[in-house]
Amino acid sequence: MGKAKRTGARRQVHKAPAGASGGPAKTNPNPFEVKVNRQKFQILGRKTRHDVGLPGVSRARAIRKRTQTLLKEYKERNKSNVFADKRFGEYNSNISPEEKMMKRFALEQQRYHEKKNIYNLNEDEELTHYGQSLADIEKHNDIVDSDSDTEDRGALSAELTASHFGGGVHKNSSQKEGEDGDKPKTRKELIEELIAKSKQEKRERQAQREDALELTEKLDQDWKEIQILMSRKPKKSEDKEKKEKPQPDEYDMMVRELGFEMKAQPSNRMKTEEELAKEEQERLKKLEAERLRRMLGKDEHENKKKPKHTSADDLNDGFILDKDDRRLLSYKDGKMNIEDVQEEQSKEADGQENDQKEGEDDSEEEDESHEDSEESEDPDSHSDLESNIESEEENETPKKEQRQTPGGKLPKDDQKAQKAVAAELPYVFAAPESFEELKFLLSGRSMEEQLLVVERIQKCNHPSLAVGNKAKLEKLFGFLLQYIGDLATDSTPDLKTIDKLVVHLYSLCQMFPESASDSIRFVLRDAMHEMEEMIETKGRAAFPGLDVLIYLKITGLLFPTSDFWHPVVTPALLCMSQMLTKCPVMSLQDVIKGLFVCCLFLEYVSLSRRFIPELFNFLLGILYIATPNTKSQGSTLVHPFRALGKNSELLVVSDKADVTTWQRGSLPLHWANRLSTLTATEANHTRLSCVASCLSLMKHCVLMYQALPSFHAIFRPHQALLSKHLADCSLPQELQELAQSILSAMEGQKQHCRPLVCEKSKPVPLKQFTPRLVKVLEFGRKQGSSKEEQERKRLIHKHKREFKGAVREIRKDNQFLARMQLSEIMERDAERKRKVKQLFNSLATQEGEWKALKRKKFKK
Amino acid sequence: MERHPASASSRQELGRLLEAVLTSRGQANAVFDILAVLQSEEPEEIEEGVRTCSRLFGTLLEREELFVGSLPSEDTALAGSQGATYKYKVWIRHRYHSCCNRLEELLAHPTFQVKELALKTLMKFVQLEGAKPLEKPQWESHYLFPRTLFRAVVGGLLTPEDDHSLLISHFCEYLEYDDIRYHTMQVATSIMARATSQQPEVSLTLWNNAFTLLSAVSLPLQECELTNFYVKHAQTSDKWKVVHLKEHKKAFQEMWLGFLKHKLPLSLYKKVLVAMHDSILPHLAQPTLMIDFLTSACDVGGAISLLALNGLFILIHKHNLEYPDFYQKLYGLLDPSIFHVKYRARFFHLADLFLSSSHLPAYLVAAFAKRLARLALTAPPEALLMVLPLICNLLRRHPACRVMVHRPQGPELDADPYDPTEKDPARSRALESCLWELQTLQQHYHPEVSKAASVINQVLSVPEVSIAPLLELTAYEIFEQDLKKKMPESVPLEFIPAKGLLGRQDDLCTQFFCLS
Repeated sequence: MGKAKRTGARRQVHKAPAGASGGPAKTNPNPFEVKVNRQKFQILGRKTRHDVGLPGVSRARAIRKRTQTLLKEYKERNKSNVFADKRFGEYNSNISPEEKMMKRFALEQQRYHEKKNIYNLNEDEELTHYGQSLADIEKHNDIVDSDSDTEDRGALSAELTASHFGGGVHKNSSQKEGEDGDKPKTRKELIEELIAKSKQEKRERQAQREDALELTEKLDQDWKEIQILMSRKPKKSEDKEKKEKPQPDEYDMMVRELGFEMKAQPSNRMKTEEELAKEEQERLKKLEAERLRRMLGKDEHENKKKPKHTSADDLNDGFILDKDDRRLLSYKDGKMNIEDVQEEQSKEADGQENDQKEGEDDSEEEDESHEDSEESEDPDSHSDLESNIESEEENETPKKEQRQTPGGKLPKDDQKAQKAVAAELPYVFAAPESFEELKFLLSGRSMEEQLLVVERIQKCNHPSLAVGNKAKLEKLFGFLLQYIGDLATDSTPDLKTIDKLVVHLYSLCQMFPESASDSIRFVLRDAMHEMEEMIETKGRAAFPGLDVLIYLKITGLLFPTSDFWHPVVTPALLCMSQMLTKCPVMSLQDVIKGLFVCCLFLEYVSLSRRFIPELFNFLLGILYIATPNTKSQGSTLVHPFRALGKNSELLVVSDKADVTTWQRGSLPLHWANRLSTLTATEANHTRLSCVASCLSLMKHCVLMYQALPSFHAIFRPHQALLSKHLADCSLPQELQELAQSILSAMEGQKQHCRPLVCEKSKPVPLKQFTPRLVKVLEFGRKQGSSKEEQERKRLIHKHKREFKGAVREIRKDNQFLARMQLSEIMERDAERKRKVKQLFNSLATQEGEWKALKRKKFKK
Repeated sequence: MERHPASASSRQELGRLLEAVLTSRGQANAVFDILAVLQSEEPEEIEEGVRTCSRLFGTLLEREELFVGSLPSEDTALAGSQGATYKYKVWIRHRYHSCCNRLEELLAHPTFQVKELALKTLMKFVQLEGAKPLEKPQWESHYLFPRTLFRAVVGGLLTPEDDHSLLISHFCEYLEYDDIRYHTMQVATSIMARATSQQPEVSLTLWNNAFTLLSAVSLPLQECELTNFYVKHAQTSDKWKVVHLKEHKKAFQEMWLGFLKHKLPLSLYKKVLVAMHDSILPHLAQPTLMIDFLTSACDVGGAISLLALNGLFILIHKHNLEYPDFYQKLYGLLDPSIFHVKYRARFFHLADLFLSSSHLPAYLVAAFAKRLARLALTAPPEALLMVLPLICNLLRRHPACRVMVHRPQGPELDADPYDPTEKDPARSRALESCLWELQTLQQHYHPEVSKAASVINQVLSVPEVSIAPLLELTAYEIFEQDLKKKMPESVPLEFIPAKGLLGRQDDLCTQFFCLS
């Protein structure tokens, strides 16, 4: 409908100018004036605007317009004075001629009355007061006092008003009357008449009013009598209530209160310990399931954008209808779902928090619940994170003292000592802004004090307390990491403090996983960079210091190591691999470090049971350097180890006597940093310990990798070396037994080689042809860009067209002007010629006359 | 100038002497004073002296005031009855020779500036002597080059005493000239021949010097007019040997063969082999002459064998070399160390090239694939990322080998039929085996490796994966790539709370290590 109307309107608009100019040819324009732009093809949906044109008509119109405007301007180009027609409403067609005349008259009158000159005081103008000439008033002073009777103000008699406000007009009319009547009344008479009239009126009115009053009184009385008769009881109850209202009954109050009070809602039953344990177990199960999923690397496949359902008509052209990602409103118990979650959250939090100010709490809880609600929307959420929030909340409970001390398992005297220490330390610590500050805070204190300081920093700067605290604590993680590195690089590494600080690191990491992972990645990158530089310059690298080893260990503690890919753990694994392949074993320290890295490696993959080629190479190398060199072996040794050379007998026990005195024990970690000068016996004992760890690791590996298809291919060189060891009999009894058990485990592992078979690939579905749907925006080149871009293009296009049009107009104007000037000049020339001719004519006649005269004279 | 008044004054003195010698023959004895400066201890004075000599003899050579022809001994010439001019010319030429001798000695001067200046001066003399020859041409447009002087210069560079690599790199600027290059090759050949014939044990420095010089010589690849001469001649003749690239190639070949027939030190061996394929082989007149050298290098074993492969391949590929048991040798080179050596990228590039032929027998390809898979069990991730696609490419190229990853009705075996100790790929029974190693590597700790190994689970896709970008991959690059990967929106965290560094009782670290 609307469209039809619009097109109709347009058509009218088109026709209008043609009609206006065509005059008589309004309906049927002159066929010789019509210019038709022929279309080659009829195109559906294309609007043709310029199919028919009237060039002659439009040109004529343009010329007329120019003569009206441009020519006028041109003619008045050097004239500064302007003729302005100021007649009222001369060009206003809305006003009818009569009205126009009226208005003009009014204006004229107005102008006449306006004072011509403010200084001209003697102007004969009548001054009035209340419409009466002041001159008149001055003449007789008694004026009707209308103020006396207020009641009548609303209804003044016509005559009175006329006399009061009529002013000169009244006088005029009375004069007119006077002129009309037989004998004119004098002024005094008139006034007296007026007064008498008004007085009479007044009296009449008073009487009327008195009557009315009397009547109403009488009516009232009557009503009262009847009322008393009719309604006696309701009157009483009214009174009673009036009395009771100020002091309500206690009972009522209670009833009402009870009515308004919230009904007690059924709460959850207190859980028994079994149930709690069960819940915990379930939570762990869930987390474990998550972990397994990540370990198998299934995440990525799920995360890939994949149309869930491929229709049979799918063209495999990658076209997917945009998923509708609007969130659906869902209701639960009559409330919107999101809010529901939030409320639950805040309730829980309410229950848990009690020692903090409520106002602050609220904001923080909202934050948390917000996070959580996001999590719950995400189908892929890591439930670890939820536990993170839980633990965060737990941190705030007043009992956190216990949580913060590692596992609450500290011996009692230790706790006592801590309390004693706590008494001395200040309670509030500002979060350190730089590593130096933290070092300043911690240096020189005992381990307990350091722990307490860190704990208090954490507490004082809990993110719920102030806005900037989150960033501060995030930084604290980095600083603590650096501090641990410092401690570890010391000549006497303070491993116990590190051990305890790890707990804090864990809690911080749970709070801020992003920044924690960033700082650990930074540290790892540093270590790798250092190694890479060494490799580039020397071709090999030295084992990095204890700090890097500890960082790697901490990485394993903070992040799940079994993930298929993890932003922190995977680089850490590469770092360890680099150490085992690029760092040659030069000393006993290197052996210890290498073994520690092996342990870490195995720990990392303990759950995922992934395969580590470097580890086997390294263990083989360690076994090799524990045996005296012979020529035959060594073909299978890999890079960092050399079959022959300086360090190829590093772990061979030099003294047989030491073998018997050796006692198995664990290796102290700080040896990795600085091996205190050992006696030969101690060195031999260390060697044996290393070999023992190596063998145990080997056993662990054998058990762990039993299931690998090429188990025997992997362990063949190890097997050979071990049997050589056994044949040598140089090892203590315990280790020999261990080696024997490893060998038997290796041999006991039955090899079954199932031939490999590829998975059957799915048959590729035939392509079918349903049209591919593409949103069509518009025809033409404006397609396929954003809305702003389109708008911009449209505007540019419009501007261009307008600009062109303007240029064309200007050009035509100039042509028109030139034409006008030319015609002017021609006119002027013609005029001049005419005048010259005239002059010549007159001169010729003059001359002729003169000659004629002369001739006449001669004739005479 | 004010800082060294002594040097300034000595310079003035030298300038005066130079002026005197050049203006009148009567004061020619001042040459001795100038030559005496060359014997000075001060490097700066020597430099001044060298400059003066350069100007002096340069001018004399241009004026042709030196004796031309075979030089009589000084005593006989002076005692003879020839004219004074003759005597003067002979005498001044003797001075010229002594000057050149001293300059040659200065090439071994400890100060580099002096060495460089001496070299420059000598080369200037070479140029001038070439333009105004000191010997009579035997026939019209006979090609003349100051061979004796030039031989002395090159001889000064190739000394067994000290390392001249820096000086040689300066000398290389002159090697752009065709005539200099040609004569350098000739002279170097003869110098080395003499050096090795004189003493059986040749010092490492000489070899290094020689190698630096030799490797700097590079011939133009296209046949073109060799007219870029250092010694300007009025007209060139087609009869001259120095104009033809063929002659250059001959000289080049003679030089290298002369160099390589000696027993070279190991490091130099490697260097030669590294340069062999692109800077030596293409320029030889008969590249097949390198066969002996390359085959013996190939038999050395280790890294040298790896490097010799490249040259051998070119000979086999372009020059029809029949090399029996080439693939067996290649197979023998595959041992666990190849993943750790420096030339890993080059070796695998070549291996890929050698195995790219689709006419290889299936047993051979299978043996290679199996061997590589075995070795992959000991390889670091960066090597694995390269070798796994290589193995898959082998399987793609040779559909007959696909049974190694897809054997639907195969019997279950008790042991792997493949014999890793067998030297001959034909008898290794690789084709009966399967690539269980790749199945093992699917369990690799690095996700990319695991993915690369999992390719065999599906039917192999048709297009080959190019391993060229993977050849140079290092562990550090993989590490960086892992760090650059987009972090997931939430980093997964460990849910078992940490109790300390060695907190968990079941950890391996806790079992073997303690804190104190």
